[in-house]
Amino acid sequence: MAKIAYYPGCSGLGTSVEYDSSTRAVCRALQVDLVDVEDWSCCGSSPAHTVNHVLSAALSARNLAQVEGMGLDQVATPCPSCLTNLRTAAHKMAHQDFRDQVNALLDIPCRTNVETKSVLQVFDEQVDPQLILSKVVNPLTGIKIACYYGCIMNRPPVLMRFDDHENPMAMDRLMCALGAEVLPFPLKVECCGASYGIPRGDIVARLSGKLLDAARRLGADCLVTACPLCQMNLDLRQGQINRALGENFQMPVFYYTQLMGYALGLDRTELGLNKLCVDPHRVLGKIKQPVPVK
Amino acid sequence: MQTFDLTTADQDFIAEVESRSHQNLKTCYQCGNCTAGCPYTFAYDYSVSQIMRLIQAGQKEAVLQSRSLWLCGSCQSCTTRCPNLIDVALVMDVCRHMAREAGYATERAVKVFVDSFLKSVERHGRAYEMGLMVAYMTRSGRIFTDVDLAPTALMRGKLPFKPHPVQGREQVARIFERFRQGGING
Repeated sequence: MAKIAYYPGCSGLGTSVEYDSSTRAVCRALQVDLVDVEDWSCCGSSPAHTVNHVLSAALSARNLAQVEGMGLDQVATPCPSCLTNLRTAAHKMAHQDFRDQVNALLDIPCRTNVETKSVLQVFDEQVDPQLILSKVVNPLTGIKIACYYGCIMNRPPVLMRFDDHENPMAMDRLMCALGAEVLPFPLKVECCGASYGIPRGDIVARLSGKLLDAARRLGADCLVTACPLCQMNLDLRQGQINRALGENFQMPVFYYTQLMGYALGLDRTELGLNKLCVDPHRVLGKIKQPVPVK
Repeated sequence: MQTFDLTTADQDFIAEVESRSHQNLKTCYQCGNCTAGCPYTFAYDYSVSQIMRLIQAGQKEAVLQSRSLWLCGSCQSCTTRCPNLIDVALVMDVCRHMAREAGYATERAVKVFVDSFLKSVERHGRAYEMGLMVAYMTRSGRIFTDVDLAPTALMRGKLPFKPHPVQGREQVARIFERFRQGGING
């Protein structure tokens, strides 16, 4: 496979450090050749687009220009918020007026000939499923999981152009292939409360609480996510949610790359399972040990 | 019940929202699909379909003072499900820009969070979570925000004490400088 630029996103250096390290480990195992975007900077995340779209696009476009400078035409990011911002910038910059306004803010102009994809999309479209199957050493047999995609991985479809926007299946297919029992989670694309955890924790408690409740009612052992913000709201804030709602959720919330890495038998430190706040070991203990082949 | 005088439509306001969002707002026929799918309605003062109607009716002050603008999470449910293909989340975003430019901040904590985040990016080139939290707590006066989470996050090495250096952070700072000098609407 051709080299793909990799944009980790700011949270990969902090609150979602295990998402970054497990993504890198899985990509290495599946021969997805990632090269970090040189000297990448913040994409603007949700705050920038709520202030101004030219500013937001410029913060993203600086990174697209960095990718262009590396001579690559594809960049992958694990984070749906970065994904949305980088794709929105390129999409809007197809219009000359907008592109001129954005480039006027940049030192190095962006030509927008780079396509941004989620790492999940790369796995889904560019990695041979047989290769994944051939590398499974610890099948996830025995655990029931609910795959939660978050609200912006697939929406709006006109911009994201990947998977189904009401019932995405890419993560379900992956987890199923790795041996897990994947439950039909009805709130796959519902919002978790996004970045309101800090200024309006009550909103996150209610919306993330609804997701945890739905997963529990379904009989899920754990939730599996693809977004640093969703994961943080559901995992790090699970205690706050319990206090706010008078609940007692104890639902581990994995990044899908952690479970992939687990099934592929990758180095546990890189998977960062000890970084999760709700202890996942009881659930991992349910995974049936494979019968050794004689 | 709150009432609005529909004979006082601010046509300039309607035109500005339409031109900045590139959306044809007249096609909204109030089916309510956006509101039905919106997870934030419980926290809003006006539901998203009410905001759409208020814009059509040119009720500038009611729209720009709405708390809903600040609480929209841009989850794209409304945009994805609008039968007339209106990018509703974009309209909400544009109204939020206009509210900010007009000096409104009816959910002040949200504005302080956004400002603290962008200051962090301007200064470091990347969002630096620890610095952002301290700035937010100082500026909002909410000094106990999420202190309950700090031990968990720190123990797991999720809150580095230092920002990661970005060589091009001056390039990023210049984006903000030029933006402020240019007075760009977009």
